[in-house]
Amino acid sequence: MTTGFGATGMLTPLIIGDVLGTLDSVGVPIPQLLQMADNIAFIALAAIGLTIIFGMMGVINLAHGEFIMMGAYITTLSVNVASIPLPIAMLLGALGTAVFGAIVERTIVRRLYGRLLDSMIVTFGLGLILTQGTRIIFGNSLQSIGTPFGQVPGYTYSGYRVLLLFAAIAVLGTVYLVFTRTEFGVQARATIQDPETARAMGVNTDRMYTITFAIGSGLAGLTGALYAPSATIVPGMGQSFLVESFVTVVTGGSSVLLGTALAGGILGTINAVFSNLYGNFIGQIALLITAIIVIRLLPDGLTGLANTVRDKLGERQ
Amino acid sequence: MTDGRLPSRLDGIARKLNGPNTLGNSKAFWIAFAVGMLVMIAYPLIRGSYAAGQTSLFLVYGLLALSLSLIWGYTGILSFGQVAFFGIAGYTYAIVSLNLGGAFGQTVALPVAVAVATLSAFVLGYFMFYGGVQDVYVAILTLVVTLVLETFMAQTAGSEWAIGSVQLGGFNGIPGIRNFALGVEGASFSLSGSGFYWFVLALLLVAYLGSRVLVNSRFGYTLVAIREDAERTTMLGYNVKRVKLAVFTLSGALAGLSGVLYATWGNYMDPSVFTIVFATIPIVWVTLGGRESLLGAIVGTVIIERLRLWFSVNASEFAIVFVGVILMTTVLLVPRGILPGIRDGYVFFSEHGIREGIERGRLTIQTRLQARLASLGVGETETETPPSSEVVRE
Repeated sequence: MTTGFGATGMLTPLIIGDVLGTLDSVGVPIPQLLQMADNIAFIALAAIGLTIIFGMMGVINLAHGEFIMMGAYITTLSVNVASIPLPIAMLLGALGTAVFGAIVERTIVRRLYGRLLDSMIVTFGLGLILTQGTRIIFGNSLQSIGTPFGQVPGYTYSGYRVLLLFAAIAVLGTVYLVFTRTEFGVQARATIQDPETARAMGVNTDRMYTITFAIGSGLAGLTGALYAPSATIVPGMGQSFLVESFVTVVTGGSSVLLGTALAGGILGTINAVFSNLYGNFIGQIALLITAIIVIRLLPDGLTGLANTVRDKLGERQ
Repeated sequence: MTDGRLPSRLDGIARKLNGPNTLGNSKAFWIAFAVGMLVMIAYPLIRGSYAAGQTSLFLVYGLLALSLSLIWGYTGILSFGQVAFFGIAGYTYAIVSLNLGGAFGQTVALPVAVAVATLSAFVLGYFMFYGGVQDVYVAILTLVVTLVLETFMAQTAGSEWAIGSVQLGGFNGIPGIRNFALGVEGASFSLSGSGFYWFVLALLLVAYLGSRVLVNSRFGYTLVAIREDAERTTMLGYNVKRVKLAVFTLSGALAGLSGVLYATWGNYMDPSVFTIVFATIPIVWVTLGGRESLLGAIVGTVIIERLRLWFSVNASEFAIVFVGVILMTTVLLVPRGILPGIRDGYVFFSEHGIREGIERGRLTIQTRLQARLASLGVGETETETPPSSEVVRE
């Protein structure tokens, strides 16, 4: 189970334990911070695949939760049935979902560009089929694979869940690099901004749509894979990500990276605070209310706010 | 016909009911409609009270479908939240009627529950439409609100969650809601079986005809204008936000009425009405029947619910798969739904004659197939028609 994480697993607890102990002694509220890290990671990871597909292509993939579920299932099955080491199983989960996403784009979503609400409904139908299909094939739940790393030294908090914050940062960073620094990223963004011109410049726009959709799906799968060790693996598990991911998309606005990162940070903090004080349900309500307030005040979401601030700062200089 | 006796009056009613926004404006349609209604009214007498009681659920759902058709089909606002108002009204009815008790309590609970659902729709609608929330964001927000309601109602199992003498009951919901009754103590009549069926049928008929009048009125034209181009409608001087809020509130009220009837039909209310699956079902009905057709929405409801009943008896685990498949195939193959599809076919064949129509249809399918095969055969070359993503980015 912990194969592949073995070496780091031995060393890090000592260091982390020391650091946390020192911080705690000077009055930093460690348990609350751990909870916050967990929540921020959860929200950013839950939303990232959805925001890429929405931000880049304007398509809302309502089967997003089911794509996450698919990633988790592939990972869990790889470990349980084929005894593949966890990191490779996670990779398989992400890749498998990406391939599935590419097929879905080619066969279904492609016919519905320009019919936004219809594409929502069709992906919704797909989600229903995936959930129930999984239930029919694999039954009501899978055996869990167990969480690696144990607890954060000195605290009753899963170390793995906290490490996911670093995973979330790594994922956001990689997405940023891929879409800004690579040939593919430039072509993809050109396709989104002006498909006619992009085609005239020799970009294969069809392929760009497929790949972008596949990347979005793959990231959803990766989220599922990352949460596979610490979640209950049931066909309906995708739903537990739905509220958070949609609220993040609504709050974040159109910019994929900036929106997700900002919204993830803010919503994660709010959720952590309210969940701590009043329980999970109030945490969700707080998210919803935040989203409604943000939309009421900022029609373009946090992205719009960030752009305004940047413009103002630019003027001053 | 009575045309001769009251021409001006009937003509006035007909003018209100008929118009470009509804299917079936001809005399033939109305005669068929009247015959259909007679069959529906006679149904309990033929099949008995129990069957009528079962069927009345379809009619209850028909009201919910009608509410979605108004907001989505005519105004172009996709709302996943109709079931939220449906559930809110159902819960309110349960709480009020059980607290007050007796026939009078139930009579009072109906308008109260519908009012609460209407108010909820108004508040949510106000925040969304006056907050500049549009298109997909409306769909997402309504969905999220519904899911949060599910979370809320599911965690009300504890005894501290009680309103008056009624426990909310968490996942188990509120049992023991009595059959709908009208009147006051001593002078009331309870509605079940055939009686309930006729009551719901009458409500559905009134709602259907009322909606017809509405969509064929000036207000209805504004709704369709908003669906086609909200910005242009604003430019033409209409208060789009207010119209959207009005129709959202109205459809919330209709959904609420449906929810009350649902609660009295099943004699219980539980959080399953807020689940994502139940939130999808109305969308499936309306998509299948034809979202831009009020009658289509009701017909789609009856078809789907009949099939779902069959599935739940014979192959319950495939029911949801079936719903998903219907949803996907309808949107991909008959995007406008079956009733408008049938109408289009009828118009096509009556224009061209049956033989020529079939010939034309065959040719169209052939050319489409050839184009499809060619695009597949050529594969990923740049000659392939690109998706019109400019529209998407708007």
